[in-house]
Amino acid sequence: MLTFRELEFKMAKSSTSDAQALFRSLRSAYAATPTNLKIIDLYVVYAITTAVIQVVYMGIVGSFPFNSFLAGVLSCVGTAVLAVCLRIQVNKENKEFKDLPPERAFADFVLCNLVLHLVVINFLG
Amino acid sequence: MAPDHGSFGLGALICALMLICPAASIRPISDAHRSAALELFVPVDGLFPSLEETYHALRTFLILGVGETSEINRATCPVVLEKLKSPSSSPKGFYDALRVNSILGCQIGSETLEDVASQLRDLIKGADSLMDFYYSVIGLLHVKGQGVSAVLSDAQGVFHSIKALSQSDGRWRFDSNNAESSTHAAGIALEALAGVVSLADGEVDQSKIGIVKHDIVKLFDSIKSYDDGTLYFHEKHIDGSEYEGPLATTASVVRGVASFAAVVSGKLNIPGDKIFGIAKFLLTIGVPGISKDFFNQIDSLSYIENNRISIPLILSLPSTVLSLTTKDQLKVEVTTVFGSAAPPLTVNLVQTSTSEVKNTPTVENQELQFDQENNIHYLDIVPLKIDIGKYTLKFEISLHDPENLNIYATGGRMQYLVFLTGYVKVDNPQIGVLDTDGESSASLVKLDFSKLDKVSLVANHLQKMRLSFQLVTPLGHTFKPHQVYIKLRHEGRVEHIFQLESSARQYKIQLDFLALLEQIYYLSGRYEIELAIGDAAMENSFLHILGHIDLTLPDPPEKVSRPPPQSVDRYSRFGPKQEILHIFRTPEKRPPKELSFTFLGFTLLPLGGFLIGLLTLGVNLKGFPSSSLPALSSILFHAGIAATLLLYGLFWLKFDLFTTLKLLGLLGVFLVFTGHRTLSYLASTSTKTKTN
Repeated sequence: MLTFRELEFKMAKSSTSDAQALFRSLRSAYAATPTNLKIIDLYVVYAITTAVIQVVYMGIVGSFPFNSFLAGVLSCVGTAVLAVCLRIQVNKENKEFKDLPPERAFADFVLCNLVLHLVVINFLG
Repeated sequence: MAPDHGSFGLGALICALMLICPAASIRPISDAHRSAALELFVPVDGLFPSLEETYHALRTFLILGVGETSEINRATCPVVLEKLKSPSSSPKGFYDALRVNSILGCQIGSETLEDVASQLRDLIKGADSLMDFYYSVIGLLHVKGQGVSAVLSDAQGVFHSIKALSQSDGRWRFDSNNAESSTHAAGIALEALAGVVSLADGEVDQSKIGIVKHDIVKLFDSIKSYDDGTLYFHEKHIDGSEYEGPLATTASVVRGVASFAAVVSGKLNIPGDKIFGIAKFLLTIGVPGISKDFFNQIDSLSYIENNRISIPLILSLPSTVLSLTTKDQLKVEVTTVFGSAAPPLTVNLVQTSTSEVKNTPTVENQELQFDQENNIHYLDIVPLKIDIGKYTLKFEISLHDPENLNIYATGGRMQYLVFLTGYVKVDNPQIGVLDTDGESSASLVKLDFSKLDKVSLVANHLQKMRLSFQLVTPLGHTFKPHQVYIKLRHEGRVEHIFQLESSARQYKIQLDFLALLEQIYYLSGRYEIELAIGDAAMENSFLHILGHIDLTLPDPPEKVSRPPPQSVDRYSRFGPKQEILHIFRTPEKRPPKELSFTFLGFTLLPLGGFLIGLLTLGVNLKGFPSSSLPALSSILFHAGIAATLLLYGLFWLKFDLFTTLKLLGLLGVFLVFTGHRTLSYLASTSTKTKTN
């Protein structure tokens, strides 16, 4: 029979081991994704990181040219969102976009990004 | 500030309105015109810009009797000769050259003149417009004037053709195609008809001449007038391109009518008053500043001076301000329009009237005496016992010889405005300070304006200051001038102006300081007293400093207004003003530069991380197309995207939205092309590998 303490230790160990198992399974599953999707994911991570850094900076110095802050954050978040849309459309496992050629999706991505950045630059001031 | 300036303004306006009816004095042509003519018509090396202007200048000089024509003669005669000898001259060319020659008298051979005459006769035969007829006929008339025989064979026919262009209202058309008639054309046509009559070898049908006389009378029915009795001609329809003002139109009609009246027998049925009105119109222009207007004025006046209908006699006043002190005489000149002597006549001063002083009798029916030597009619006004003021004088001319009534026009009754000035005496001036109950604390002091001693008064706010005097004209009547003011000036700065009230006999003012406390801003101290009396009819209008008054006033209560700030120097308000300090919003605190740059670096770190991540993933450029055309489009596609990003950078730095959008449009089209190429190539290769 296990003591309460031993039970706790076992549960903690199992939860941590569960978390580790989960993490490991996620990692292996992720490794199976195609490279192009991985590139897109990396891009999204890059964009969000940049946005976070900008928010931290604003937290430090205050929001004086608020429009500039918003423009910067909007640029990052917007491009991240567009990249996510691209990922959805390009992903071969997604049945909804089966007939959409990925080049078309990429062209849309480029176009939307250009428009987004035009607006962002205008708003930057 | 001062009470009731408004009523004076209104009074002045009414006086000004009443001034419109009596005439401004018109003067005949004088030396002012002669010197103006020499200034207006200035030849360059003896030449004027055109023969037409040469004629204007020469005719003006001839009429006024000024100007040196030898140099003009030397320079212009060759031009005239060339014009007359040239085979392709138009009627206007001949006309211009011939009329200049009629004044200059160049040496032109009689052969040339006969040749010109025959050409003109041919032109008359073939003429169909009014101007062609006019130029040719008048040209031929000038040729005749130079001694060469020029006879118009078919005078009746020419007369008829010119007459055919006339309208029923007395105006003429310029040619048969043009339906619009013009008054200016009427003058030209009449001059041409007069020329035809002089050039005719036989008698022209008298009935036709009678019809033309009738037309002239109808033409005069359309004459227009101004309020002051001047008459003029003007066009009914004003055509923009050929607009001739009233002066040119009137001058043309005068020339035509006078020329016609000179060649036909019998009188024209035009009342002399109309000729007088036209002469008045021409004279009230004064000295025109444009050479064409000057010529028109002088030329038409010369026709009026010697016309056969009626010669106007102009009554003019050399001086409209007469002084009783210097015992001036009222002088009147009666001459023709050019200042030549008039026939024997008497001038009657029919009536004088004034709007102001009512108890002087108006003068009636005074005959003016005539000074033969100076050709002036005069009247002594001192015996007439007229007081000073502004008067409207009415004159009437009566000719001695009743026959002259048919020749001269006297113009009926003429009104002129005249000022009679004199010395106004200030009688019994008194100034003093009164207590509230009206009793004087000190007796009123008599002022003496001839002596310069000043009064010294003292008052407090409960007392009143009183000033009174009488104004007497040279004839002993009470006088009411335009301006009677008293001015109190506090220590050389703040001024207050008060108007004196006038009763039947005297002027007085009572300044109640209790009521005026607020008006004078409760300022105690020394006030300088000035009295100003002025009028146009007063020769001794003055501004006297009477003295000063020391006022003791109570302290001002809280809410009283401060006196307006007085400028120290009269011109200081034109100097630089106080500098305006603008208050801006305090700028926000910005972070230190180092912090900003650090975070710029931090922002660029994720980019580095992204690139490293890409390398870790094993990204390669194997998919880049290798064959030339797709490769080129790929390169261009990437270059286009880079260019767009560069454009965005420039947009942030210096472009505006419009330029950016323009360039973006161009780049966008380019990008669409190359992108489509590249991606379709990639898509086709990927399907190939898939199917393969």
